[in-house]
Amino acid sequence: MTKDTLYNYTLHLADNALILAQRNSEWCGHGPVLEQDIAITNISLDLIGQARSLYQYAAEVFNKKEGREATEDSLAYLRDVREFKNCLLVEQPNGDWAQTILRQFFFSTYQYGLYQQLQQSTDATLAAIAEKSLKEVTYHVRWSSEWVIRLGDGTAESHDRLENALDELWMFTGELFTPAGYELDALKAGFGVELTALKAAWEQKVNEIFAEATLPDAASRAGVWMQTGGKEGVHSEQLGFILAELQYMQRAYPGAEW
Amino acid sequence: MSVQELEKIFLDKIEQEIKIEPKDWMPDAYRKTLVRQISQHAHSEIVGMLPEGNWISRAPSLKRKAILLAKVQDEAGHGLYLYSATETLGTTREQTIVDLHSGKAKYSSIFNYPTLTWADIGAIGWLVDGAAILNQVMLCRTSYGPYARAMVRICKEESFHQRQGFDILMALSKGTPEQRDMCQDAINRWWWPSLMMFGPHDSESTNSEQSTKWKIKRMSNDELRQKFVDMIAEQVKVLNMTLPDPNLKWNEQTSHYDFGEINWAEFWNVVKGNGPCNKQRLDARRKAWDEGAWVREAASVYAAKRKAREEKKEEKQIA
Repeated sequence: MTKDTLYNYTLHLADNALILAQRNSEWCGHGPVLEQDIAITNISLDLIGQARSLYQYAAEVFNKKEGREATEDSLAYLRDVREFKNCLLVEQPNGDWAQTILRQFFFSTYQYGLYQQLQQSTDATLAAIAEKSLKEVTYHVRWSSEWVIRLGDGTAESHDRLENALDELWMFTGELFTPAGYELDALKAGFGVELTALKAAWEQKVNEIFAEATLPDAASRAGVWMQTGGKEGVHSEQLGFILAELQYMQRAYPGAEW
Repeated sequence: MSVQELEKIFLDKIEQEIKIEPKDWMPDAYRKTLVRQISQHAHSEIVGMLPEGNWISRAPSLKRKAILLAKVQDEAGHGLYLYSATETLGTTREQTIVDLHSGKAKYSSIFNYPTLTWADIGAIGWLVDGAAILNQVMLCRTSYGPYARAMVRICKEESFHQRQGFDILMALSKGTPEQRDMCQDAINRWWWPSLMMFGPHDSESTNSEQSTKWKIKRMSNDELRQKFVDMIAEQVKVLNMTLPDPNLKWNEQTSHYDFGEINWAEFWNVVKGNGPCNKQRLDARRKAWDEGAWVREAASVYAAKRKAREEKKEEKQIA
């Protein structure tokens, strides 16, 4: 089963959504202003919703083939670090508000292009999940773009913090467009998305928003070494701690119903 | 018009159950009482996000995680409505937050207790939100219009919160022996603090009498507390759990449950700041506020820049 393309591809999409939801939810109750506390929590809720649909589908694919019982929760709570297929970007720490915003902007802009293509997937379930999620993601892109502009063109301090966030996060953006084995296989099988084709539109959007935010464009970072590995299960040290917290109850009380 | 005449109009309105609205004349003491009470209520919503927020990252299933996250987000929304209601009385959100952080303004003491296990999330929903609802249902009929209207919206969401809390405990009560122990333990720890939420005995409550005259409050602390005990003493049977009070007993004559005396020394100590989490809760709020200062500043500077640019554009177009 670990070699099944549809299963792995769906898990990858689900893991991205879950891990970013988990990160964003850390802000709940601690946001810089009440309205934005609510907004970031909303995004977190949208992402949990996407993750649940995708895990449910992955479980269905698994159960059909293996005849064993996987559920959305067994997939989220009982796999270990090396089995998680999320990209490195989403597991990065929240840092300050600038870092959280920029992470969201990079990811949502990527997810927007991805889901747009995925709507045409030959896999009807993935296409339907993409279509439904796209409405939410459109809002995530708008919200995070507005904040990038606000911080970039706000005060000297907010501009510096955003540049600092850029230094922290840019190295994780390359992985978004570097296909993992199951992404290539998914493309061949007809239900995946051509990632390299998404890159140009992503860069264009980033440049457009960065220009308004008075930040240097993507070309200025052309030489930055890109980190990869998350999608193949080779993560940063962050993920182990995220899972320790996320999975604690299911690990401490195996088999219990909640 | 003289103050006496204005006051008469005001009291007549209260008498005739006509809501007092922001632009109406009102006695200073009425305004002050409301600002104190509504801002305290708003702060309770915001500080109350912390003990439950603790468990968002550790919620035991994706469904529970989503429900809890949505619930805590609702509390933030309630805080917003209530801060807005305070603003209609001429006190800004910033000012009320400064008062919270300085310790001048209070919030509900219940949130100074720690959430140690997942069952605490259930107990908070069932007992804490359950106690809050009784108070809030009464406040839907309070004399100040914006406060009453905010309460109507809040009550709708709170009853959902109480159900989700009960639902968490229900699942535990049907679970493994460890889950049942966890459930009983949480009920044991949250029961007495929940009773304290209704405040001191009527005979000791300094603000109550005037608030009742002005119809801000419409039931006394002890009346509400009794109502709560009667409700919970029945619901706990459905869970097959018990309440930690040997004196809890149905009284045929009064048609109410009798119950034991609250530990008032503990109550007053937590109010004064000596609860297990008072310091931690206020520190968390101050930290969020202080670390958010540069964000709020950037947003307002950017808004001003944008406005100036748009005005310039308009000038050019006119020229």
